[in-house]
Amino acid sequence: MTVSSTPSKPTSQAEGVRADPPDETARRAAAGIELQGLSKHFAPDAIALDGVDLSIPAGEFFTLLGPSGCGKTTLLRLIAGLEATTSGTVEIGGRAVTEAPAHKRNVNTVFQSYALFDHLNVADNIGFGLRMQRVARAEITRRVAETAAFIKIDNLLGRRVDQLSGGQRQRVALARALVNEPDVLLLDEPLSALDAGLRSDLQLELMRIQRRLGMTFVFVTHDQQEAMVMSDRVAVLDAGRIQQVGSPQALYEHPENLFVARFMGHENLFEIVDRDEAGVVLSFGRLNGRFTAGTHLLIRPETMTVTRDDESVATADNTLRARVAERVYRGHVAEYGLTLADGTVLVATCNNLGEPMFDVGTEVCVSIRTSGVVAFHA
Amino acid sequence: MPDVGTSSASAAGASRAARTRTLHLLAVISPGVLWIVIFLVLPSAYLMTIAFMSNGPYGLPQMPWTLDAFKQLAGYGFLGWSPGNLYTLLRSLWQTVLATGLVIAMAYPMAYYISTAPARLRPLMLLAVVVPSWTNQVIRAIGWMNILSPGSPISDGVAALGLISPQMGLFPSKFAVVVGLVYNFLPFMVLPLYAVFEKLDWGQIDAARDLGAGPLRSFRHAVLPQTLPGLLAGTVLVSIPAFGMYVIPELLGGGKSMMLGNLVARQFAEASNWPLGAAGALIMIVATLGGLVVLRRLGRKLGGDTQVVL
Repeated sequence: MTVSSTPSKPTSQAEGVRADPPDETARRAAAGIELQGLSKHFAPDAIALDGVDLSIPAGEFFTLLGPSGCGKTTLLRLIAGLEATTSGTVEIGGRAVTEAPAHKRNVNTVFQSYALFDHLNVADNIGFGLRMQRVARAEITRRVAETAAFIKIDNLLGRRVDQLSGGQRQRVALARALVNEPDVLLLDEPLSALDAGLRSDLQLELMRIQRRLGMTFVFVTHDQQEAMVMSDRVAVLDAGRIQQVGSPQALYEHPENLFVARFMGHENLFEIVDRDEAGVVLSFGRLNGRFTAGTHLLIRPETMTVTRDDESVATADNTLRARVAERVYRGHVAEYGLTLADGTVLVATCNNLGEPMFDVGTEVCVSIRTSGVVAFHA
Repeated sequence: MPDVGTSSASAAGASRAARTRTLHLLAVISPGVLWIVIFLVLPSAYLMTIAFMSNGPYGLPQMPWTLDAFKQLAGYGFLGWSPGNLYTLLRSLWQTVLATGLVIAMAYPMAYYISTAPARLRPLMLLAVVVPSWTNQVIRAIGWMNILSPGSPISDGVAALGLISPQMGLFPSKFAVVVGLVYNFLPFMVLPLYAVFEKLDWGQIDAARDLGAGPLRSFRHAVLPQTLPGLLAGTVLVSIPAFGMYVIPELLGGGKSMMLGNLVARQFAEASNWPLGAAGALIMIVATLGGLVVLRRLGRKLGGDTQVVL
């Protein structure tokens, strides 16, 4: 609040900032978030969050990823102050705010349902936070206009909320939060109600905005693609606990447990039956190579090579005979469901390099590259 | 749709279709319109006419045109000016405002509470609100006469507190009239408020808090605008009939707190002065319309862009 209510500076901070991104990053002390032992119980047997420890550095695009009911929205509401914690502490920008109500935290939220005030027009919606901070009227008008221009909705300022499309509402909700220049912006599945094209446009735009403002974004989604595209780091949540925190690459290539591996979209997950000097034994055969410790194995589909069945290939190391059971053509890749001798199904994706594809029923050989294999504990 | 073709034949077809539609529309709405004209518009016009006529020997209106009724209503009689009728008008206004205010104060939390109750209990709770109004208004007023009469537990209790003298009782009194009005009109406020509370967008309250509004300002900016349509609808449903209320002041006021409705009724029944009664009714209609305009303005002011239709 202190940041935004300094009308003494005649040249708007926002204007200067938005014209010149580095200035913004320098001027604003973007705030980090520290969560320790955070729990939320709605009832003794309804545990939404169970001892979450999380450290989000200032200026990061951080994503909370998980299936519905995993506690990601609850976590966001605890950071916003919209729910009271059961136990644990919340620190924003080095300040303990665990007990502070929502209106006393310099944090703003873009809600999943947008939650625009439908008795106010677009300009008054965007200016609402400034009005609550008792910013001077002229200053509000100016900052609303600037933010609207930044979010590209300056042509909508006079509209009523019910005259807006879904994408436009989304932008108004974003502008309404950003105009307050919060320490942290919380986004609760803001894109889930939009159609695919609009969605990817807005994904890129949100990333651009976050980079330019240098603001800490905490983004909630259940879509692992969205999380991977947008985030600096991602926390995967399940059943109120953090399963893994890391960069999108770390999560995809080195999942730490079965849940994360499955949630990141992996299908080739196998239990390790036995392990020796040369490699590991799986239910359908063995893989030679040196693998990290673990009880399960992930084979990334894009690292496999599928070739026509040939005796010379079939005898090679880490190569299995299979039959094409299913083929999904996705344009840039072809996805094969391959049935091994014992009936195990292996999914392999092959880049579309213009060569003829394998038809369903074709006998093939599939070679597994050890660099695409990761072992982990269930 | 009319631009299906450019030939004159299709244009003629279109106009014939339009005429058929008009006929259908007339057929559908004419019974209702006829009903309103016969039983509302014509009697009202008749009433307005006799308000400007002279009072005949048996209270029936007669020529010539005059403003005597209005003068009388304003308090000018054979014995010079008396404020009695003005008092009645002001008392009607005051009791209406008071009763409506109390009804809002009680119905607002009630409607909120019902809307947040478990879904299976809500119909029962609403039923409990509505059921009393299934009984005749007169019978309910007589019930209140018993409850508030001298010697009743409540009257004795209040007397014991020293608020009224021991033998008095709470009935008949202005207090009893307001109690009766509040009791009678509560459901008419609870139901429209329940309707708006039930579809309350809680996200807007979260948003207001998130944007720096404390509890009071969250209420003012996120809850009140959303419930305003129900609040105004309820206010109209309560205040207009309360303003013209006849039974409750008659029975519970004991003649001491006559409202405009009683004044009008008396001119037609006992005092035999139809022009004066008609003038009173006319004033009532004008005051009601004025009240509606005020409410509408208020709704616009509080509700911003919300379209409040009254």
